[in-house]
Amino acid sequence: MTIIRISDDALARACGADEVAAAFAKAGATVERTSSWGMQWLEPLVEVDGKGFGPATVDDVAAILDGSSDKAIGVIAEHPFIASQQRLTFARAGKSRPLSLEDYEQHDGWVGLKRARQIGSEQIIAEMLHSGLRGRGGAGFPAAIKWKTVAGAVADQKYIVCNADEGDSGTFADRMMMEGDPFALIEGMAIAGEAVGATKGYIYIRSEYPDAIDKLRKAVNLCAHIIAPFECEIRAGAGAYVCGEETSLLNSLEGKRGEVRAKPPLPALQGLFGKPTVVNNVLTLCAVHHILAEGGAEHYQSLGIDRSKGTMPIQLAGNIKHGGLYETAFGITLNELVYDIGGGTASGRPVKAVQVGGPLGAYIHPDQFEVPFDYEAYAKLDALIGHAGITVFDDTADMGTMARFAMEFCAVESCGKCTPCRIGSTRGVELIDRIRAGGRVLEGVELAPQMHNMPKKGRSQEDEIKLLEDLCETMKFGSLCALGGFTPYPVMSALKHWPDDFRGK
Amino acid sequence: MSREQRLSEIIADHQGREGPLLPILHDVQEEFGCVDEEAERAIALALNLSRADVHGVVSFYHDFHTKADSRPVVQICRAESCKARGVEALIEGAVKTAGERVKLADVYCLGLCSSGPNARVGDKLHARLDGAALNKLIENA
Repeated sequence: MTIIRISDDALARACGADEVAAAFAKAGATVERTSSWGMQWLEPLVEVDGKGFGPATVDDVAAILDGSSDKAIGVIAEHPFIASQQRLTFARAGKSRPLSLEDYEQHDGWVGLKRARQIGSEQIIAEMLHSGLRGRGGAGFPAAIKWKTVAGAVADQKYIVCNADEGDSGTFADRMMMEGDPFALIEGMAIAGEAVGATKGYIYIRSEYPDAIDKLRKAVNLCAHIIAPFECEIRAGAGAYVCGEETSLLNSLEGKRGEVRAKPPLPALQGLFGKPTVVNNVLTLCAVHHILAEGGAEHYQSLGIDRSKGTMPIQLAGNIKHGGLYETAFGITLNELVYDIGGGTASGRPVKAVQVGGPLGAYIHPDQFEVPFDYEAYAKLDALIGHAGITVFDDTADMGTMARFAMEFCAVESCGKCTPCRIGSTRGVELIDRIRAGGRVLEGVELAPQMHNMPKKGRSQEDEIKLLEDLCETMKFGSLCALGGFTPYPVMSALKHWPDDFRGK
Repeated sequence: MSREQRLSEIIADHQGREGPLLPILHDVQEEFGCVDEEAERAIALALNLSRADVHGVVSFYHDFHTKADSRPVVQICRAESCKARGVEALIEGAVKTAGERVKLADVYCLGLCSSGPNARVGDKLHARLDGAALNKLIENA
């Protein structure tokens, strides 16, 4: 009998996958809910004997069943979007049922953990180091070094904390991973536990991802006996963006305000409840089980370029025709990602800018689209890879407005602990408003005589722009964490490449 | 069961955990629609904290409210990806449709960034919205 496979990923569901699945069931078909292939412009994607149909609606059900549907895309695994990828972290995407232990085992599940338990801490860390894996959360810090520090610390209790609170706009790989392949994350945490001598792990998930929270809670219960004596607990965040910052997250887990902690001490030495703690991002932990499988480390480090090793799940988002999850080795360019793979803008208009790395990432101008995707190459551009979200904007976007939004977002989400972020962001909004208004007018100055440092004559638009640049420098180097420290990236890149959007020309 | 009893039951459910405050606040918010002064006091007493400590946490997070609002809530994503896909043009119409009956809230990313504009009602997510679809969502909330 034919089995109809439909993803139960949150995006597919938001596009009507539940209704389509119900319609197939009503028509007498056997329906299996799977993880998502990541071809999001085709969701809900219906799979029949390996062939795909999408985006499917309830009205397409009869035609798909009798083979006359005009939504056919051919064999899914051979689709150029899938066939051109190098999938390691997302190896099971689309192929397995998220909560099926049987499916997970069939697709190499628990192989890494079993081997990790045979070879022991020192060897695990050596292989992690060899793989060249860098933290996928944004900073790109070598994962093995963090593990080594925690492993070397002496304490009665250590923790593994998964930072699943990174919900940058334009990024959704964490969410897809947690919903589509939850056991892979849990296995990575158990391996980390084995490496550093921790028996307790927490996954802190942002509350904006209800499906992921639900899936992981179920997954943890299903595999508790496999990962024992390691224990894993799911905690929900409460809607504070700054808790994606590792020290804020630790405070939040402890039940405090999610304020950033000054470093040192490093979380690796004094982390959760003051104990040595590994804090890793979802994708970092999900890469671990592959690396720990026989020969995995060697394979992993053979991919990528320079010091950016392995693969990166890239998220094609915003105004893009073929949006979705695209995993490939480092070194690919934005030209390839945006035009060849993404098909250009969804609106059909010219591309104006691409923001790489979430709301704190720089806006990249089309002139820079040939730079290879690589941590160091992007740093040279004054940009960041971050979480590898690619948010495309067409020529209707106003970059002055986007820069203002970046400052405004920082002001709303600042934890308040450090002055450059707390006050600088609010001043940033005011400054951009003044720049866009053409500078500060004289009348405004006279109205505020009590301000001792007020300029005696107004400030021109150019003066105000210089002030904004100065403010950005202060935020960049004076903020305690990435929220205040990276907000200058979108602001300054927008100002640099699209000055006319600020000057009202 | 009285409100007071239910409150102590929720607190007792989590008290044995490490760092129990956030899970308690989530359950209280879910049960009563807010974390009010009375709840703050009870939680503070049980966890050996000051009420100021608890209030500091409640007021820090967007998910917790000190007053209950019985209106249905529609969260609309206003982050970069949804902006790139034109969410801002839908806001005026949404505000008009919502009126006083529905509470509109901004949210910064639901993780459906390739297919915006997006919104959330309860635990149900909605993608690929246009003006008509968003207004219908608000009307049915």
